[in-house]
Amino acid sequence: MKFLKFLLVGIFFGIVLVKSEAVSWYRIYEMFKFQSFHMYGIIGSAVFLGVLFIWIFKKYKVKSIEGKDIDLAPKDKGVTRYILGGTIFGFGWALAGACPGPMYILVGTGVFSMFIVIAAALLGTFIYGLLQNKLPH
Amino acid sequence: MEYILQPWPWYVSGPLIAFTMLMLVYFGKTFGMSSNLQTLCSIGGAGKYSDYFRFDWKAQRWNLTVVLGAIIGGFIATQFLSDGSTIALSSETISELNNLGFNGVGESLLPPEIYSWENVMSVKGISILVIAGFLVGFGTRYAGGCTSGHAITGLSNLQLPSLIAVIGFFIGGLIMTFFILPLIFGA
Repeated sequence: MKFLKFLLVGIFFGIVLVKSEAVSWYRIYEMFKFQSFHMYGIIGSAVFLGVLFIWIFKKYKVKSIEGKDIDLAPKDKGVTRYILGGTIFGFGWALAGACPGPMYILVGTGVFSMFIVIAAALLGTFIYGLLQNKLPH
Repeated sequence: MEYILQPWPWYVSGPLIAFTMLMLVYFGKTFGMSSNLQTLCSIGGAGKYSDYFRFDWKAQRWNLTVVLGAIIGGFIATQFLSDGSTIALSSETISELNNLGFNGVGESLLPPEIYSWENVMSVKGISILVIAGFLVGFGTRYAGGCTSGHAITGLSNLQLPSLIAVIGFFIGGLIMTFFILPLIFGA
């Protein structure tokens, strides 16, 4: 089944983020206060290995499972949307202690009040969609 | 088994997150969790109101499947793979949060002062969750990605826009943590 591999990756991701405590509000607070290396170690080692393997994928022209070229779309150029959008996201991330992956994972851990955060995130997405053409990008 | 049940150190977790991203890239996709917010709005009929939601959401079912898996993963990790250890936060973090009125810091993944139903049922409590969620959803779509799309995948692909977005994440996160959280909880 075509979707099974995605389900398994999702399960793996959920387990890793809980076991690493990266889904914990407390760990996010501690990170933004620079009081522990934990989160920096997680993100730093993930990015270090990510850079290395993406470079290897490109250098050796590794094909995807479907035999196609691996094509990671470059992000659109610009500054405004990234700095403004990023800052707004940062406010929410530090307040909720959860970003869009952990939100779902935390529902799985039994925190059902997280549905309120998810609903509000959907509302925020919807409002962004309405205002997209009026915002500087 | 003991090592699996204990919290995993950063040097195990970070590489496993990189592995998650690499698997999705190998499957011909990408690692970006916040796209699902746009997809869910589209499924809910938001295409009637904005072009932003007018796309073939069925092409995104793979990513919704990742979300479903992530929820199951969260369940498995807490039910079967945890020994109930308190999170080993730094002592500074614990004492600061105690001063802000947080109790039992690190005994659960999330502070009951924010996420328990008792707190959620107050005007202040629900406002915190709604505002936080709104900012996450609006901000991540404005920035075109979140921690997975920009901080992990974008930086791994050496994207300058992702670095700018991550700087933004920190500007917002630092202002919130240093200046706004003490106003919300310290008073």
